[in-house]
Amino acid sequence: MDIRLVNLTKIFADKNSEVRAVDNLDIVIPSGKLIGLLGPSGCGKSTTLYMIAGLLEPTMGQIFFGDEDVTNLSAEKRGIGLVFQNYALYPHLTVKQNIMFPLQNMRMPKAEILARTQKYARLVGIEDLLDRKPKQLSGGQQQRVAIARALVKEPKVLLLDEPLSNLDARLRLQTREEIKRIQRETGITTVFVTHDQEEAMSISDEIVVMKAGVEQQRGKPQDVYEQPVNQFVAKFLGTPPINIFYGKVEKGGLYIGDELIGSSNLEDQEVNIGIRPEGFEISEDGTLSVEVKQVEHIGRDTSVVASNKNTEKETFRFIVESGVEVKEHTTIKVAVKPNKCYVFDKIEEKRVQ
Amino acid sequence: MVEGKKSINFLKAMLYLLPALVLMAIFTFYPLIDTFIISFKEQYDNVTGAYSSIGFENYQRIFSAGNQFVLCLCNTMVIVFASVPVSILLSLLIAVALNSIKPLQRFFQTVFFLPYVTNTIAIGMVFSIVFESHQGLANTIITSLGGSNVNWLGGNIQGVTLGNNLFNPDNALFTPQWFTSMIVLMVYIIWNSLPFKILILLSALQSIDKQYYQAAQIDGTSKFRIFSRITVPLLSPQIFYLLITSFIGAFKEYTSVVAIFGEGAQSVGHRHNMATVVWYIYDKIGSSDATEMGLAAAGAVVLFAIIMFFTAINGYVGKKRVHY
Repeated sequence: MDIRLVNLTKIFADKNSEVRAVDNLDIVIPSGKLIGLLGPSGCGKSTTLYMIAGLLEPTMGQIFFGDEDVTNLSAEKRGIGLVFQNYALYPHLTVKQNIMFPLQNMRMPKAEILARTQKYARLVGIEDLLDRKPKQLSGGQQQRVAIARALVKEPKVLLLDEPLSNLDARLRLQTREEIKRIQRETGITTVFVTHDQEEAMSISDEIVVMKAGVEQQRGKPQDVYEQPVNQFVAKFLGTPPINIFYGKVEKGGLYIGDELIGSSNLEDQEVNIGIRPEGFEISEDGTLSVEVKQVEHIGRDTSVVASNKNTEKETFRFIVESGVEVKEHTTIKVAVKPNKCYVFDKIEEKRVQ
Repeated sequence: MVEGKKSINFLKAMLYLLPALVLMAIFTFYPLIDTFIISFKEQYDNVTGAYSSIGFENYQRIFSAGNQFVLCLCNTMVIVFASVPVSILLSLLIAVALNSIKPLQRFFQTVFFLPYVTNTIAIGMVFSIVFESHQGLANTIITSLGGSNVNWLGGNIQGVTLGNNLFNPDNALFTPQWFTSMIVLMVYIIWNSLPFKILILLSALQSIDKQYYQAAQIDGTSKFRIFSRITVPLLSPQIFYLLITSFIGAFKEYTSVVAIFGEGAQSVGHRHNMATVVWYIYDKIGSSDATEMGLAAAGAVVLFAIIMFFTAINGYVGKKRVHY
């Protein structure tokens, strides 16, 4: 079952001001897919999730589950499972009682409740922890319990609010694989919210990048990364982030300062040029001269902090293979790979090349 | 070195604690122990300090048939076991209701908290006027609805009593008149104890994470189940705290009785028919017969033992039932 959001708008208003948390959002979430809503904090992604869940009422617009308009349906009638950011496990109930709780509400026969509880405890890998209280579990285990509790009703949609933000780095890596696996095994349409682009890109079938309540771009993670529609999306995806240079187009040439780094078929104008960290190559034939400030060897490759007077920030960062020798405090020549270089309109920050 | 430092720290601590310890020793610990000792001194003379022998005579006397103490103990037990559960349940319901309304929440909070900052005796006087047996507000309402005057606080021979089918008028204590007056006392005690309980429960309610309720809502949990399976367990530390303190408070009930029924603690019928254990203790302390001090002491020790017993039971049950 797919989910469609049609002109979804949420306005939080009080006496003095109103905030458009979500603005005219049109998204189709395909059936059985894992979709990541991605954006900086305050971009309306959690609000969107809560509206899909039915905990928040949209100001305008509609939500469809399949062909059914669920906009005015209360949360419990929508058949969704929600995993909260801090899990919201009932602290006074054991893991087993927590997972059973939604089923007991449905007045299901006892034998079936137990069978289902077992099934989903096994699915998320917590069958030995059933008699513990949430406090006696680690963050990752609590997360699994929360997922089991959300899934045990066998909902049509699974919603996850910042599912990995409360976990440490190692656990995060493990849990995101786990979420992917559970989603694949159950085939449930899943929407999750995150501000961490790496997290979103690594497990989503599709990502939706949002900013200030407005959808910026939607697509497969790699497509969005490689073909960002604007400077915001380009800057938001990728670590280390993309480097922005002030440049210009002149007679078919693309310049940073006075140095020609590529070609362009645009009219002559001032532009912003975004170059991914992996888009640089140290070479004698390079045209862009940069001053190396610092070299960081991080095992697999080498990260170089350098400066150029036309960068948006004081320094920028690029990555070269670990074998390449780079000396600190020298000026070197680099070439720019054309497919890692994006040209943005100076005013609207839309991508033009 | 470290040892020396520790002992100096200990001395310092003792020095700071000394003023409080001295005062407590004189005004709390000594009277406490002395009460215990006096309760075993037979024919103890309050003025001279003389006594005939050590033994259980005082205890025999207060528990002998027809002694006022037994009646006081019965009244106290009734007050404890009726008012505490009812007031906790009521305050829980009111707190939950207050927590769920949005407009005028502050206003209602203030209204419900007002009795707490008002003098107990003053409220008692208001109650004794409201429940006055001839022309009181309660009787005015009852008569205007077609009923007849109820002899709430005694003193109205024409007034009717309640519970005539439940209680025999010839009973030693539990007469219809006693029942009628006890209703007034209960209403007063419960009313008076609500604000503090509501305050504690409301602040606890407001600190419960809203996400528990959102999670419950998504799972389609019924209102009653949310209350019984989520709200009450999450409030259990506060409920338990209130249970213990109100148990102890109710065992020591005194002011309310005097405020409504006067120093004699009686409505019509038996003398001192509304008296409580603490009333008995005060009464015997102030007695013109100097040897009755021993009875007061014995009564106090019995009350202490009872409170200890119930607090221990509460503690035992609490360990099993309370989720921290």
